[in-house]
Amino acid sequence: MARLAETRRETGTARTLVFDVPGWPGHLAGQHVDVRLTAPDGYAAQRSYSLSAPDRVELTVQRIPDGEVSPYLTDVLGVGDPVEIRGPVGGWFVWRPGAGPDVLLIAGGSGIAPLMAMVRARRLAGSGTRFRLVYSTRTPGDVFYADELRRPEPGLDVTHVYTRAAPDGWPRPPGRLTVDDLGDGPPDRDCFVCGPTGFVESAADMLLARGHDPRRIKTERFG
Amino acid sequence: MDHVDGNALAGPLSELFAVDITAATGRCVNCGLTGPVAELRVYDRAPGLVARCPGCGHVLLRYVRTPDSAWIDLTGTVSLRVRLPDGDEEGRG
Repeated sequence: MARLAETRRETGTARTLVFDVPGWPGHLAGQHVDVRLTAPDGYAAQRSYSLSAPDRVELTVQRIPDGEVSPYLTDVLGVGDPVEIRGPVGGWFVWRPGAGPDVLLIAGGSGIAPLMAMVRARRLAGSGTRFRLVYSTRTPGDVFYADELRRPEPGLDVTHVYTRAAPDGWPRPPGRLTVDDLGDGPPDRDCFVCGPTGFVESAADMLLARGHDPRRIKTERFG
Repeated sequence: MDHVDGNALAGPLSELFAVDITAATGRCVNCGLTGPVAELRVYDRAPGLVARCPGCGHVLLRYVRTPDSAWIDLTGTVSLRVRLPDGDEEGRG
């Protein structure tokens, strides 16, 4: 059983929840947990959320207006409240710090969460592996972890792609991710793509078209 | 109908298996495609979970959890190849 320890507001509709979980075994960047809520009448709903930090049980939840679980987690759950969490789970979509090859991360919307865990794990480990993050959101107001991503970090290159509205003077007109947004890096990189299903499939197709090895493209779709 | 992917099986199947099955390599009965379970197309808006081959759409795995039991059907899967950690406890932490 987890207890909410602190929260941070990420956007108007998303909140980061940090939990204390006694006996937590630790986890890898990219793993997720299942959160289970049970009503007094026994009705239970379960959802999967990626861990967004490498060293704490931290989840960023985007409120889905007609959702069963997310409005409770973003608006109701208070510090000290208990929540049933199972995990960590998932051993495929993970990044392990070390002297591995360069990494290309492509996030659509709240798909940034597990990729942010990888960015933070790299920093925490003092890893020299070069990361490039391409992060697509509708507007600048939808960017999670905005302050942290704005701070310069050696070896981390962040590109924002806005699909609906961009800041004044932004060189790229708003629009969907294109192959040009992926930059000029060599194709021999480990790629992690996370976001809505359509976004992930389109981004993975672009990577294949640019000559990336399909075995080095890992994807996570959240429907 | 929209789908997620095999990563979503990690939590439910962790109740049954001692190892993470999503990183295992599965082989489709219908078309012979091999690949990680994490890359299957998973349909989860039903009483159970249905995982289909990303190549041909054939059902590789079905899973239903009831209050007192779990039911898993792997008739669409020829084999599962699971990498086992070698001695040293890898990762975790």
